[in-house]
Amino acid sequence: MDKYELRILAMTGLLLLLFLVSVLHAVNKYATDVPECIPFDESFTVPGIKQLDEGLYQVFINAQMWSFEPEEMYFPVGSEVDFYLSSKDVVHGFHIAEKGINMMAVPGGINKTTAKFTKPGVYNIVCHEYCGSGHQHMRGEIIVNYPNTKK
Amino acid sequence: MSEWKITKSERLIILSLLTLPLILLSLGIYHGLMQTLYRSGMISQTSFASIDYYQGLTLHGVINAILLTSFFAVAFGHACMSYYLKMRMNVVTGWISVVLMYVGTLFATITMLTGKASVLYTFYPPLKAHPIFYVGLALLIIGTWIASFGWLAMYLKWKKTHKDEYTPLAVLATLTNFIMWFVCTIPVAYEVLGMLLPWSLGYVERMNIPLARTLFWFFGHALVYFWLLPVYLMYYTMLPTLSGGKLYSENAGRLVFFLFLILSIPVGVHHQFGEPSITRGLKLVHSILTYGVAVPSFITAFTIAASMEYGAWSRGHRGKWLGWMTKLPYFNKERYLFAYLINGLILFIFGGLTGLVNASYSLNNMIHNTAWLPGHFHMTVAGPVFLGIIGMSIFLLEKIEGKDLRLKRIATIVPYLWTIGMLTFSTGLMWGGLRGEPRRTNLGISYLDPESPLFRPDWIFTTGITVLGGVVLFVAGCLIFLVLLDLVLVKSTKPSVLSFPPFEVLHQEKRMVILDRLTPWVVIMLFVVLMAYIPVFRDIQNLTGPGAKPYSPENPVPIELFEKRNNNE
Repeated sequence: MDKYELRILAMTGLLLLLFLVSVLHAVNKYATDVPECIPFDESFTVPGIKQLDEGLYQVFINAQMWSFEPEEMYFPVGSEVDFYLSSKDVVHGFHIAEKGINMMAVPGGINKTTAKFTKPGVYNIVCHEYCGSGHQHMRGEIIVNYPNTKK
Repeated sequence: MSEWKITKSERLIILSLLTLPLILLSLGIYHGLMQTLYRSGMISQTSFASIDYYQGLTLHGVINAILLTSFFAVAFGHACMSYYLKMRMNVVTGWISVVLMYVGTLFATITMLTGKASVLYTFYPPLKAHPIFYVGLALLIIGTWIASFGWLAMYLKWKKTHKDEYTPLAVLATLTNFIMWFVCTIPVAYEVLGMLLPWSLGYVERMNIPLARTLFWFFGHALVYFWLLPVYLMYYTMLPTLSGGKLYSENAGRLVFFLFLILSIPVGVHHQFGEPSITRGLKLVHSILTYGVAVPSFITAFTIAASMEYGAWSRGHRGKWLGWMTKLPYFNKERYLFAYLINGLILFIFGGLTGLVNASYSLNNMIHNTAWLPGHFHMTVAGPVFLGIIGMSIFLLEKIEGKDLRLKRIATIVPYLWTIGMLTFSTGLMWGGLRGEPRRTNLGISYLDPESPLFRPDWIFTTGITVLGGVVLFVAGCLIFLVLLDLVLVKSTKPSVLSFPPFEVLHQEKRMVILDRLTPWVVIMLFVVLMAYIPVFRDIQNLTGPGAKPYSPENPVPIELFEKRNNNE
């Protein structure tokens, strides 16, 4: 190996290190971690919304061919929501592009992520994994600013 | 160029491996164009010409990414082993593998064309395909194994009489690629034969889905390197001389192929960042290892650029910065192979960098399963891989058939047209992906149908760009078929030979024994793979719930195969 090759190797290493540090920094600072996985338990697979406290929610979402249950969710602005995702049948996707929420619903697994909705609006949930002939119609909605009487 | 005469049987093996996937490619390319039309809403239907959207997508993926690539890797492997070792091919294993791969292809193609296997080329359960589809895939993989066993025998025999000689780089590249392939296909063969097949026949009621997906991705990322390494082989051994230069460093090339051997497999979880049943720490480990596998590609970028710069200097170029890039034989029709390889490299710059984005742990949240993903991998598999395969297929066909290509000018233009099309197409997909467009979705009947309540007008522009790119790609594809058809019509005037551009190195480096031994690298590879994957399988064992029954893509109710079989007995 000559000095040019060694230099290019060192530069590659530094570049990749820079990428890694940036990613880990973002995970830390902006709470953008990959989904958390939880040991499977039946109780997570029952669809529903629970309010734990003022502005603190737990949502249990069941993906199935070809809808999400619950399909529409309403939260006040500033809510912090824990999403627990499971699948009843095949593999589905759960994507909220505006929030960078990106999870797979895999039968036999429970997926979890947390998001804080600070801006009012309608957030589309798109199923982004092929799940059969009705896949393109599978979607959901989160409406933030409900009820808008509060605060 | 030295020539190596081949026998009739050898010629027929290579010919049959090259032609079948190229014929099927017509279907693959047609469905590529159709994808862009459906996705942009220009076709707002579930099917067109009696082929359903997802059926067409399955054909596109299986033919282009699995059949074309693996048939070519075997054909090119035969050619390289025989040519560079100056030995006769192993025709027995050669023919067995051809038969297995043909039967496998027949099975897979029939089930896809009859709509019994619309499960896409990743065949994720619990969506179930016809059992014959799984058998077909398994036969295809086993066929590639058999061919590589023949090469290993050739290599060992060669080694006996050439103890102190460097194994030719091309041979080393072929062997490392197929050793990596053999190791990574064992789990997917188990997934297909041990899990999917009995479950799809109703012998087993439920299947562990996270396990199946992890076994798939153990193979899935190594698969992309299996596509890529034959083309890397061309970059190292042929591109330098085609550009008028010499390879900058042969030892760097050897190191690169060994690094791929070690790191291609233990990175699979970076496809599963968004999935349950695998803990975060392991996802991070696989993310870092994926950065590791970027290193050999960076070395390659440097070594190949240096080799070509030397080429430009030998052709009279003088100057400091990047001026040498203008002095390469881009449109030399006698060296059309150069055009295919250099365009592949250009696309791969973007393909590689976007790949680093995907591998970047939580950054993956932004793009996972969006249109960004196909945007990325079309600049790898439909970039360097596809162009390398097509360029080399034309080149090999010319030699083994003893013909002279007539439409050389068209053949030289095609890769440029392809690159323009691919850059346009991928820009559209990646841009759309960042705005939330999902991949593998018939957008035309929902999100891009103005009548639908799901209509997303903000996606019209980006899907429109993909149509533009798709049309250019389709035209380039048609020109490839024109060149190939014309080659069929040309009369054969010369004997069947194998011949490649000569391999020359710039620095005569000392032979380093460690860079000429397979065993130590294979041991390291197995160690790294086990270290990276044992904890993943333990996670899956501990965190996963009950398995899943099979589903047909058309019906939300599970298929009760197991009950039916048990009641009958």
